[in-house]
Amino acid sequence: MITLQTADLVRILPEIVLSIFGILVMVLEPFVAAAQKKLLGWMALLGVLAAATATVRTSFEPGLAFGGTIAADEFSIYFIYLFLLTAGLVILGSIDYLERNHAQHGEFYALVLLGTVGMCFMAASTDLIMIFLGLEISSISTYILAGFRRADRLSNEAALKYFLLGSFATAFFLYGIAFVYGLTGTTNLLGLSARLMEPSQWTTFARVALVLMFVGLAFKLSTVPFQVWTPDVYQGAPAPVTAFLSVGPKAAAFAVLLRLFLGGFASAGTVSFWILWISAALTMCLGNLAALWQTNVKRLLAYSSIAHAGYILVGVAAGGSRGISAVLFYLVAYALMNVGAFIMVAHLSGTGERLVQIEDYTGLAFERPGVAACLAVFFLSLAGFPTTAGFLGKFYVFRAAIHSHLIGLTVLALLNSVVSVYYYLRIVVAMYMREGKTEAATVELPWPVRTALAVSVLGIFYLGLAPKLPLGLSTLAALPLPK
Amino acid sequence: MSWFTEHSLTIVTFFPLLGAVVIAFLGRDRTSSVRWVALLCTLLTFLMTVWLYFEFDSHRAGMQFEEFRIWMVLPPVNYHLGVDGLSLLLILLTGFLTPLSVLVSWSSITHRTKEFFLFLLALETGMIGVFASLDLVLFFVFWEVMLIPMYFLIGIWGHERRVYAAVKFILYTMTGSALMLAGILYLYNLTGTFDLPQVLDHLTTTSLLSPPAERWLFLAFFVAFAIKVPLFPFHTWLPDAHVEAPTAGSVILAGVLLKMGTYGMLRFCLPLFPEASRDFAPIVCALAIIGIIYGALVAMVQPDLKKLVAYSSVAHLGFCVLGIFVFNAQGMEGSIYQMFSHGVSTGALFMLVGMLYDRRHTRLISEFGGLATSVPVYSTFFLIVTLSSLGLPMLNGFVGEFLIIVGSYHSRALYAALAAAGVVLAAVYLLWMYQRVFYGDITNEKNRTLPDCNLREKLILTIVVVVIVAMGVYPQPFLRRMDQSVASILQRVEKRTLLFTERAPAGHLGAGR
Repeated sequence: MITLQTADLVRILPEIVLSIFGILVMVLEPFVAAAQKKLLGWMALLGVLAAATATVRTSFEPGLAFGGTIAADEFSIYFIYLFLLTAGLVILGSIDYLERNHAQHGEFYALVLLGTVGMCFMAASTDLIMIFLGLEISSISTYILAGFRRADRLSNEAALKYFLLGSFATAFFLYGIAFVYGLTGTTNLLGLSARLMEPSQWTTFARVALVLMFVGLAFKLSTVPFQVWTPDVYQGAPAPVTAFLSVGPKAAAFAVLLRLFLGGFASAGTVSFWILWISAALTMCLGNLAALWQTNVKRLLAYSSIAHAGYILVGVAAGGSRGISAVLFYLVAYALMNVGAFIMVAHLSGTGERLVQIEDYTGLAFERPGVAACLAVFFLSLAGFPTTAGFLGKFYVFRAAIHSHLIGLTVLALLNSVVSVYYYLRIVVAMYMREGKTEAATVELPWPVRTALAVSVLGIFYLGLAPKLPLGLSTLAALPLPK
Repeated sequence: MSWFTEHSLTIVTFFPLLGAVVIAFLGRDRTSSVRWVALLCTLLTFLMTVWLYFEFDSHRAGMQFEEFRIWMVLPPVNYHLGVDGLSLLLILLTGFLTPLSVLVSWSSITHRTKEFFLFLLALETGMIGVFASLDLVLFFVFWEVMLIPMYFLIGIWGHERRVYAAVKFILYTMTGSALMLAGILYLYNLTGTFDLPQVLDHLTTTSLLSPPAERWLFLAFFVAFAIKVPLFPFHTWLPDAHVEAPTAGSVILAGVLLKMGTYGMLRFCLPLFPEASRDFAPIVCALAIIGIIYGALVAMVQPDLKKLVAYSSVAHLGFCVLGIFVFNAQGMEGSIYQMFSHGVSTGALFMLVGMLYDRRHTRLISEFGGLATSVPVYSTFFLIVTLSSLGLPMLNGFVGEFLIIVGSYHSRALYAALAAAGVVLAAVYLLWMYQRVFYGDITNEKNRTLPDCNLREKLILTIVVVVIVAMGVYPQPFLRRMDQSVASILQRVEKRTLLFTERAPAGHLGAGR
């Protein structure tokens, strides 16, 4: 019988704080007047900040909790901060968006917080059952968030699609867990790796288990061929939710992937390596090629996020401390540029998200140079131009890949990023090089949105120009995983 | 002053960016202050590059004005700047052409003036940075960052098909640089450093690189540079970019950006991969000669003045590449000299075409004829620049081409013969163009009342012509400054080759001038 100790609670303090604030927001919701609902958003933001402070406390007491099912190590703390950053930016970007779209409800913020709790658990768990719980918590919250524009047909479609395919995927993951348990008699990652030490222990069943769990995660990572839902859901979901979806669950799934493939299943060797190699190659190529034909900015960003998952997978395939820290660095860069881009898209789209085509941005730079410059920074960073975070993210990932002799994959990834430049620049072309009047130029950007955008832009340049500290942190965070 | 001396390269590199920041804070409607800030800033930068030129010690081999600072620890990327004779001249060229570009755009850029000069200044920082970087990653950063302002210059202020040209320009260049980045990372993996001098040391003292790996790496770097030059058959982006770019964009593009390709070959391909350079030299020389002849033939049939000048660049840059890959002092010095003088003359040709375009809004040769009577001053300037471009002795173009042909003769007489044919063809297309535009009767009434050069244009053109003549008559100071650098590149090619293979053709290596 496991006894509850204070240390156990301290090690999940961020999750506890987030849950408390999530529940508080939900409970208070009926008592807040319709005109004051904004306050709930600020409260959720306060929750994020409180959780960030709580994480500092947790980091003073690293170790395993709850009988080795939760690890409060550098790795999980790094991810918790990443999720909190994402949640904070998304909340800042949502308050006025919801106001404008007459969807200001407290549940939104509560769901963002609870979804974040799930993601934190995914990153922190060292037990397959706990990982599954985290996956479910985060998934269910995001299913509801995707359908938050209740009156909108596309949003409903997105929620349903995401729900159906997502449950299917989690079923795969669960099935994989069952296989693993049947084979090894444990669900603990450390125990797993101890029982699957020898390559000879990788029987067909073990491989099937590995593949099943990868498929489950691949849905969340939206890697090819499990990416089909992504464009529709990203397009249909409210844009701030898309920002959240495109970063949070994906980063959490990468955390699990790293813990599984480079931790518990590290001995699988060539099997997992080729799974990663092939998915990386397919995901990059398909994501980028499909993005070339998009005219809707949200769909374009959806395919771009698929492509980015491919680049990150290159880092996972590279493995080693270099690969892991590169992936961790990349995820932060990706979070900043993707959340920034989606928040900007959310606010330029006007009421009811009408202005989401590339041509809706025509001539934006003439009317709103600041807004256009900001968006250009996000897109140039996504394209991987130097001095931005996107460049260094790719640079570290490819360095790790070359170090692991993945030269073919690296060249493929580099050529892919050239292809991606074309579609990212299409938006820049529309904003800067075509004349025209656009309704998007009349949009007001209230100060919370400006803050979120400023944090993203400054973060992008900080990571791109002076990456010493974040790089050190990502190297530190890679330590707990076995090499 | 000592503070300036210690950080001179950083200051020269980032001073234009400072100007760009100042412009960013100026009001949108204050166009004339924007212009003056841009002019002042680029002029001061030019003066600093001149100062560098005179402070440079031409007797010393190796890098000068070096600056070293740690940028990232893991992987070790450093802020390492330094110049030798080669980069010094190219920085001087950049410093010289940018204020002229500002002057050329003085009245022709009327919309979004502020952004135009902002991008132009940012571009200058990028260009100087490329030439001054001694760290592979830092070099790559400048190399890529510089594309963005150029992309905007073409895409916003260009002509009808500007968007197509801008996107084509950026995609072509980035394809090359993607391969180069893979090469840089591979080199890092071998040597554990991105610092160019250290990488060179590692590669010369050890045999880390197997011959096949060396060949692949050479190709990765070479293709990036060949696209930039552009060497035939990678040249297709160039005519589009040149024709669509605004005048200042074309001047910078032809004057400086193309030189980054040849600079890269000299700075990276030859010293890092000497053996592979030798292996590929016959192919590269063949492509260069095809470029010379093909560029000239295509230029001959162009109906559009700007396109003609663009194709003439393909031919001229073919000379530069040929001079590099014949591996002797004459060829290489001629090549560097040609880089500089092509920057001046072709830059000037683009300025002249731009001035004509400002007046008539067309560049078709058939629209003109008999201009010599209506705009005599302009015609005279045009003639001098044309003659310099076709390599008339006593003007700048001659020195470089002559040295290259002599150098290639030492390597293989056939190269020299074909290159000389290129010189003849250049005379044909340039003089024929000149004849059709300026001589004969005025066939189009619009040409009769064209205004001749104004004071600003006369000033620009006089400066250019003075430089053209000075470089043609007295090339010695320039050549002296590159002696040591050229010798050390050649020595490296020779040494490695002797170290690892027996088949180095002795005799013409390092033949002194």
